[in-house]
Amino acid sequence: MKSFDYARADTPEAAVRQSGNPATKFIAGGTNLLDLMKLEVETPDKLVDISRLDLRDIAPTDAGGLSIGALALNSDLAADDRVRTHYPVLSRALLAGASAQLRNKATTGGNLLQRTRCNYFYDTASPCNKRQPGAGCAALGGFTRNHAILGTSDHCIATHPSDMAVAMRALDATIVTMAADGARRRIAIGDFYRLPGDTPHIETALDPGELITHLELPPPPEGKQIYRKVRDRASYAFALVSVAGIVSMDGGKIASAALAFGGLAHLPWRDKRVEDALIGNAPSTDAFEAAADVLLTDAKGFGANDFKIPLTRRTMIACLRELTSGAAA
Amino acid sequence: MSITGLDTMRADPPASPQEVRTATIDVTVNGRVHSVSADIRTSLLDLLREQLHLTGSKKGCDHGQCGACTVLVNGRRINACLTLAVMHRGDDIVTIEGLGTPEKLHPLQQAFLRHDAFQCGYCTPGQICSAVGMLDEARQGWASHASETLGGGVVLSEAEISERMSGNICRCSAYPNIVDAIRDVAGDRP
Repeated sequence: MKSFDYARADTPEAAVRQSGNPATKFIAGGTNLLDLMKLEVETPDKLVDISRLDLRDIAPTDAGGLSIGALALNSDLAADDRVRTHYPVLSRALLAGASAQLRNKATTGGNLLQRTRCNYFYDTASPCNKRQPGAGCAALGGFTRNHAILGTSDHCIATHPSDMAVAMRALDATIVTMAADGARRRIAIGDFYRLPGDTPHIETALDPGELITHLELPPPPEGKQIYRKVRDRASYAFALVSVAGIVSMDGGKIASAALAFGGLAHLPWRDKRVEDALIGNAPSTDAFEAAADVLLTDAKGFGANDFKIPLTRRTMIACLRELTSGAAA
Repeated sequence: MSITGLDTMRADPPASPQEVRTATIDVTVNGRVHSVSADIRTSLLDLLREQLHLTGSKKGCDHGQCGACTVLVNGRRINACLTLAVMHRGDDIVTIEGLGTPEKLHPLQQAFLRHDAFQCGYCTPGQICSAVGMLDEARQGWASHASETLGGGVVLSEAEISERMSGNICRCSAYPNIVDAIRDVAGDRP
């Protein structure tokens, strides 16, 4: 690990004052950042320790939603009674991710900012446009089992690893930040993540030194919520495909639908056209197949991950069956 | 809080840019307060093993994947390899050495012996610290990925224990006996 300077901040204002230099990183749970620093994939000059900031609270908002401090631990968020009762898709997604030890350290803000687990990103002997812009992409032509099938570019085919962020996308979370000059900003999660394009090293809408302070959930959505994760092991593995689904029914027809997908893209994927294809229809295999067609029209495999295309279709349809059936989720 | 809003806990200024930065770290480990000067890159695991000579916590993968380094920090189980010691000033840390002694074993240590829950034993300190944290989480009613419902009332079935202990790998694959040992202790609880 390269040497770095360290300072602990005890207010958000003090933390952002220390930031702004791209070589400065905030550290909270550190479970992803330190892992990458050990491998010298991340080489910050300075760490600003934000782990003791007073940003752990989970509290109701005036709008009837929930405000989640950026430092709320993944385990605390999953166990929160309001989350379990009103946003079960979020509890389920959190519990499907990582191990209990990691969830006891990982924070809500840090989870959103996880880096990809692309093995070429981790291997500093391989070219990677995300690690070193312009170097090339070793995943293209490499082993692609875990790579993206939607929204890829000629520069990067990495996936976003988070389960939590997939649920947050289905729930229309808003990310609240503080900029280096102290200004506050609200970013809809749909605008937060970027596709790789020709700048895969730029992953979010955050400016250098901008600190996530909270996430906000809107009032609990109508209908049933589920999170389904398909992976190579029964536990403690990243998703090959995951689905966060929220569907409400009215008079035997789908009244509303929110479907977000993990393991498929550089960001938690959500396609409004898929939801529009479902709304107003009675649940049927034909209707579900048609919606899957919309989702996967532009899907592109890279060899070893070709299986993700039919796997996504089957997982999505299984979720829709469960979401539109009478049985409890 | 200082005027700058920055805690006094920061690295000592480097003598030269390439110089190793050190910091003084005060932590409570197994009930004893320690004050140690360490390179700020030092993981909590390395601090415990190399500077405090508490070698019960093991370094398996050093990347948070195997769980051999699991310790309890303020009562919660974490991977000691994936956190900086300097970030734990003032924290209360319990390692396997703080759970029991050869004369007076912790109930989980006894259960691991009774059920032959290991072969080489390398993962065992982490397994036991993790199980201590896990039983506490279950007592608080935390659900897991294996739980039928998200409500409380956790019954620690084999499937529940396997899921909740999935952050601890056993290369000898003593899993069935590890699960039995933990179930044994969990069953002792009212």
